[in-house]
Amino acid sequence: MIRIFVPRDSAARSIGADEVAAAIEAGLLDRGIDAEIVRNGSRGMLWLEPLVEVETAAGRVGYGPVALRDVAGLLDSGLAEGADHALSLGLVDQIDWLASQQRVTFARVGIIDPLDLDDYRAHGGLRGLARAIAIPQQEVVADVLASGLRGRGGAGFPAGIKWRTVLEAEGDQKYICCNADEGDSGTFADRMLMEGDPFTLLEGMAIAGIATGATQGLIYVRSEYPDAIAILRTAIDIAHVDGWLGPDVMGSGRAFDIRVVEGAGSYVCGEETAMLESLEGKRGMVRPKPPIPALQGLFGKPTLVNNVLTLAAVPGIIADGAAAYQALGMDRSRGTQVFQLAGNIARGGIVEVAFGVTLGELVEGYGGGTRSGRPLRAVQVGGPLGAYLPADTLDVPMDYEALAAAGGLLGHGGIVVFDDSVDMAAQARFAMEFCAAESCGKCTPCRVGSTRGVEVIDKITAGVDRERNLVLLEDLCTTMTDGSLCAMGGLTPLPVRSALSHFPEDFRRTPEVTQ
Amino acid sequence: MRSHQAWSVPAGTAVVASIPPAERLILPALQRVQAVFGWVPDEAVDVVAAELNVSRAEVVGVLTYYHDLRQSPPPDVHVQVCVAEACQSVGSREFVSDLETAYGVPLGERIDGVELSAVYCLGNCALGPAAMVEGRLIGRCDVERIRDAVALAQEVRA
Repeated sequence: MIRIFVPRDSAARSIGADEVAAAIEAGLLDRGIDAEIVRNGSRGMLWLEPLVEVETAAGRVGYGPVALRDVAGLLDSGLAEGADHALSLGLVDQIDWLASQQRVTFARVGIIDPLDLDDYRAHGGLRGLARAIAIPQQEVVADVLASGLRGRGGAGFPAGIKWRTVLEAEGDQKYICCNADEGDSGTFADRMLMEGDPFTLLEGMAIAGIATGATQGLIYVRSEYPDAIAILRTAIDIAHVDGWLGPDVMGSGRAFDIRVVEGAGSYVCGEETAMLESLEGKRGMVRPKPPIPALQGLFGKPTLVNNVLTLAAVPGIIADGAAAYQALGMDRSRGTQVFQLAGNIARGGIVEVAFGVTLGELVEGYGGGTRSGRPLRAVQVGGPLGAYLPADTLDVPMDYEALAAAGGLLGHGGIVVFDDSVDMAAQARFAMEFCAAESCGKCTPCRVGSTRGVEVIDKITAGVDRERNLVLLEDLCTTMTDGSLCAMGGLTPLPVRSALSHFPEDFRRTPEVTQ
Repeated sequence: MRSHQAWSVPAGTAVVASIPPAERLILPALQRVQAVFGWVPDEAVDVVAAELNVSRAEVVGVLTYYHDLRQSPPPDVHVQVCVAEACQSVGSREFVSDLETAYGVPLGERIDGVELSAVYCLGNCALGPAAMVEGRLIGRCDVERIRDAVALAQEVRA
């Protein structure tokens, strides 16, 4: 039977994929064409969504972006046979934007039916878990360590060391906690993976459970992702029925189960210790470290906390060996990074490539510059706590250390592009405002400093005692950096200071007034 | 789409009592109450405290910490508008101000059963400005698209 693919990814749905799918279904029925509509994940070429694909003998032919009004014409000109049309993109796998990427973690996203386990298996799924069960725990952990995989949540801590710590920790109960509280603006890779290939995440968690001796997994998903929550819960049910989650994982005699926990609208719960507090049902307040969660985490038990993309990279590493993954990347950043091109960008979406690609290759090459067509002025890398980089620093290679040396941070791989209409003083003010709204309140420099920061920036832009207030702001930034337990207060100064140092003119637009 | 139950202490007690053992914690209990009744009435604080054997202060602490939890009845239609950086870069500040003008209320307030509120990121950062209307994500937003989505949500409710 003919198979036609229309994404169910919520980004695609946000611009009409459901309506397009329904119209295609009705149109096929009208024309007496027998075809199956598959709701796949998104290929990550978000400017082409809704992207409709049809399976042909030569491969999958794409059309996009498809609006509701295009559907009748597409069907009439032979969509079901992959015929030519003004919206035709040709064979999707040959589109250079996609073909030049190294899709490892996202290998199946957009290709398979996210909830079809046979499809998952046919595309290499569950080989990693099968191997993890067959070999000693230490060997699984050694493979993760050898792969060079580092935490994709932002901190970049070597995953294998964390896994080893949890394996060696004593405890009657251990937990695997997946951090899916993807709150950084400009990031959506966790969401797209959970919606487009949820079994990969579940398999990665099951491997982590088998490797460390944990029997219970929890996925903490932010409430802003209702589609991801629903699809994960269904995927868990399917895995139970199939026997690779539950009391006897793949007949190994070992138990591992997973539960989805919904967040309640708190950015700081993406910080691992705040997330653990929230998972315990409490206020999402940050805990001091030590003790580290690997030794005393959820309910005081040894707990492995990893980001969605970290865990999703594991099945491939265990199935295909650490060497293949380790061969990608540069210096101490190994493997691939899932970059997310966002904001004012012509071709936004998911670019998974080896570490070492430059910011310019991502923003100008893949991204095609700004969506507005105006000159690019600033790029914020790594979310709301990441630095604003000016247009002349786009040659920086994207790896953890190189970006840190350039005064930025990689974070979760989100890249937000701004054109020359941006007011960088307003962006600096927003960084403080966001911190004031989302601070958990534990550390005074963060809780109070952020509110004072907004006030001081307002005085600076209004021209009130500007020089003295600039000194005050600098002092405040130092206090926040040095006096906060977590990255919320500790890194909010990064976007503020980078805006000040790269774009000082934006803070001096109003003439000075002296009181 | 949503139909909330009317709050009563026996109904609330039944809801909290039915929570499975692993989820008998303050936040999931409050989320469960809100899912059923649409909000967390003050009486529910006592119910949760009694059922979970914790102090009222602990329950209030959690209730007032999380943005999602409501201490007053919900609107008919909830419009959450992203005000974070990626959407700012494609004009969300102007979009928010247009929306406020069109509805005649600022973010955070409601009119004719429609509540406008700010949210930090909906994960639709390449197709901004983004909004969510009754849990449904909307991309490349303008006032007209929001009005359409609100009308659809009202239709579904009616």
